[in-house]
Amino acid sequence: MHPAYSVIFFTTASGAGYGLWFWLGLRLLAGGAADGAALAALIVGGVLVTFGLFSSTFHLGHPERAWRALSQWRSSWLSREGVAAVATYVPAGLLFLGLVLPGGLPGVAVLGLLLALGASMTVWCTGMIYAALRTVPEWNHGIVPVLYLGLAGGTGALVLAFVDAVAGVDGVMGVVAGLVLPAAAALKWVYWRRIDGAEAPFGMAEALGIPGAANIRVLDPPHTRPNFVMREMGYAVARRHAVKLRLWALTLLLTVPIAGLILAALLPGLAIAFLALAVAAAGVGVWVERWLFFAEARHLSMLYYGATPGGRGGEVS
Amino acid sequence: MTNLPGATPKKLGLVIDLDTCVGCHACVTSCKEWNTGGYSAPLSDHDPYGADPSGAWLNRVHSYEMEIGGAGRTVHFPRSCLHCEEPDCVTVCPTGASYKRAEDGIVLVNPDTCIGCKLCSWACPYGAREYDHDDGVMKKCTLCVDRIYNDTIPEEDRVPACVRACPTGARAFGDLGDPDSDVSALVAERGGFDLMQEFGYKPVNKYLPPRAPSEAPTAPEPDAETIPAPRDRLERLFAWVDAKLSA
Repeated sequence: MHPAYSVIFFTTASGAGYGLWFWLGLRLLAGGAADGAALAALIVGGVLVTFGLFSSTFHLGHPERAWRALSQWRSSWLSREGVAAVATYVPAGLLFLGLVLPGGLPGVAVLGLLLALGASMTVWCTGMIYAALRTVPEWNHGIVPVLYLGLAGGTGALVLAFVDAVAGVDGVMGVVAGLVLPAAAALKWVYWRRIDGAEAPFGMAEALGIPGAANIRVLDPPHTRPNFVMREMGYAVARRHAVKLRLWALTLLLTVPIAGLILAALLPGLAIAFLALAVAAAGVGVWVERWLFFAEARHLSMLYYGATPGGRGGEVS
Repeated sequence: MTNLPGATPKKLGLVIDLDTCVGCHACVTSCKEWNTGGYSAPLSDHDPYGADPSGAWLNRVHSYEMEIGGAGRTVHFPRSCLHCEEPDCVTVCPTGASYKRAEDGIVLVNPDTCIGCKLCSWACPYGAREYDHDDGVMKKCTLCVDRIYNDTIPEEDRVPACVRACPTGARAFGDLGDPDSDVSALVAERGGFDLMQEFGYKPVNKYLPPRAPSEAPTAPEPDAETIPAPRDRLERLFAWVDAKLSA
């Protein structure tokens, strides 16, 4: 599948933003201080979420019609994602008012709960957009939405730890990030093992359906140059480098941030610098992971063009 | 609405005969010609006469080699929207622009509400939808919805453009939900099949398999040539010569 850069930026940035809002919401629910640090975190999360959502409209043919995507939540995970994203702005906006208005607002804990719920629902819907597509065997896994949640939670906790450090708050977010990131990376590892070992669900014989046909080969393509379907579904640039890129992704989203978290704990004077490095590395790491998520995914329609079907049997070893 | 309509009273679709298709691409070009001016207008092209042409087309013809019953075959394989009964290309649409008509089962994209997110094309295992980069919306086979119900064109033209154009009669159009229709009879007689049946979208369009060489009908023997009775002396002379030589 062709990696749409605006979608990768969206899921990386908004994922971290929603992850941050999730932990912030839980902290407020648990009686965390509704102070300037909370306000700063709310705003940082809002900026990440909003930039991400805004960029996601860039891959649309008609961004001005994006509001229509809120209408089909009964059947469409993309529509549900939109509804959840818009709905999450309600507790976020009320919390903002509660934190800036003199005297505050009542029910900060409830708003925190709603913020955490909305953020996790939105990320879950994002993952389900991919996981619900049976046409892409590499995406059609129950693990996929959990991975989106895990990486959003891990990067969000990391950003919140950074914001806390800048605001001079001693928090547990570094510990949370140190637990969630390895869990998400382990799950990603399991995911890669599963897609590498998966059997191809369909081949050219099923695609063409001709009874008794064997040894099917492409004789003539239907067009001389790639069309939309081949460009969108047949993207194959990264597959040769998949092993190398997987290691890069894991190094950037796991090893470097964990090292940064440990150094920040050991050297409090340099905590902000180490956490900034950890955030930047994790961001790039998730970006690479998302890019691979697209580039390694193979679409069944490519069977008609003679492509190897899903399930990679030996391609990555 | 992107919920599916459930069972439709009619299931309009195509039956494509892989035995008689000769891969001439007349259905492809006639489709493009009609639809770039009809419901799907425009079907944009980029660099159409240059080195890297591309564009939105609603029908593509592949050619494959294969073995059937141990014998080699070349099979030309037209591929377009199958107007499935239960396709996710409709349900994944976030705006309701992708829909299946309750009255006849045709799957359409409303070009006025499509946001061009391309998710429907991701949900199609048949690669039947093509995005129009200039128009910013998804394009697909409409079963020539603007021909088949069109009272302003001659009755024989009220079939999809691809069916009208096919020089070998390899494409038939009709109601596959009616067991007594011509197309249903054709499917029953020839053993029509679904593409990627196991996937479960329940395609309406059916394909007819290549016939085994021994079953293929042969052309009838021509009648023996008869020479009309001579009309004048010269012809009588030739007739006499012909009779002597034939003896």
